[in-house]
Amino acid sequence: MKQTKLIMGMPITVEIVDNNDTRLLADTFKFFQEVDNRYSTYKTNSEITHINNGLPKSKWSAEMRQVLRLCDATKQQTDGYFDIEHEGKIDPSGLVKGWAIWEAAKRLRKRDSRNFYIEAGGDIQTYGNNAERQPWTVGIRNPFNRDEIIKVLHIKNKGVATSGTYIRGQHIYSPHQPNTSLTDVQSLTVVGQNIYEADRFATAAFAMGKDGIHFVERTEGLEGYMVDNKGTATLTTGFGEYVYA
Amino acid sequence: MKKYIIGIMLLGVLVVYSLGIRHQQPKITPPTSLAANNTPSSTTSSSGTPPPTNSSSTGATSSTSQNSGGSYKDGSYTGSVGDAYYGNVQVRATISGGKITDVTFLQYPNTHSTSVYINQQAMPYLQQEAIKAQSANVNIISGATYTSQAFIQSLSSALSQA
Repeated sequence: MKQTKLIMGMPITVEIVDNNDTRLLADTFKFFQEVDNRYSTYKTNSEITHINNGLPKSKWSAEMRQVLRLCDATKQQTDGYFDIEHEGKIDPSGLVKGWAIWEAAKRLRKRDSRNFYIEAGGDIQTYGNNAERQPWTVGIRNPFNRDEIIKVLHIKNKGVATSGTYIRGQHIYSPHQPNTSLTDVQSLTVVGQNIYEADRFATAAFAMGKDGIHFVERTEGLEGYMVDNKGTATLTTGFGEYVYA
Repeated sequence: MKKYIIGIMLLGVLVVYSLGIRHQQPKITPPTSLAANNTPSSTTSSSGTPPPTNSSSTGATSSTSQNSGGSYKDGSYTGSVGDAYYGNVQVRATISGGKITDVTFLQYPNTHSTSVYINQQAMPYLQQEAIKAQSANVNIISGATYTSQAFIQSLSSALSQA
């Protein structure tokens, strides 16, 4: 069974091949809706908006504190490139999406789903195999032509995230050169142990420009595929392990 | 056969040597096994002999003191493991049309922070390729986040396949 819904301003798709209990789908989408209600900076009544309007720390939810702690840790791990503070406001959306997909996937696992994927806005967590009992195939979109796939990966029990400026770039900027547009790199795809790892490091590494792929190269557990503005792709040394075509 | 081995050795020495020079890291020494076994002093002095790592005039190398005057033979060549101060280095070179077209690091140090810094500066040899359209017959697509308009386009095309 498979369903797509528009939540958090993006399509979220869940496919489960070994379980037909539709409550699994409903609960997963409900979770994403709750995440949106809490973390959306576009909603006037979200917790993050209240925080940006001065809600005292003592009233922050435990989950919010945990997510913001993860943001702090990620900032340190990425030499400051991952930074949720911008113009005096905080926006943890660069981490929340991957975190939410990973949380949702863990919940499905606890309810005996073994073969499924969750995709939100191009970021993916897979488990097990697809309906043909083959590894899930993940296509990397051509940043110059959204109708094309430029790489096909086999992804099992891992996360895949792609950062890019080509569609909605405003959420990524370099904290070290805030006025520099990140045009050298068109897109950076990261495969990680899970989507939480892949997404947060893809976001940070993208902000590093062409150095980002080297950051991915030397970060344990990550592999990457960078497409530059000339249409040349750069692969980390272990990326080939995932390449199907 | 010998000249290819010499060529690869030279390449390895050149790469490691140039890394050492370029970054002025006093702690770096060239891999001792490569340097000690395969670099008679004449080789290092005739630094124009090994082709540069990027395409350049390869035909001009014959005027040096080396016997191997011609260009390199096509193929993929793996260098020996060099034990540098900061860890092992091993490269593989691909020769095509007589020129070095690719240099891949098979091993490189990644243990402590100094090495990490060096790697950051000195690892420009990740594999590259021109992007090429593949079959769009995949389960899932990874790409950057959609705007709502692009989303509508995408969703409709996606649903038409679903």
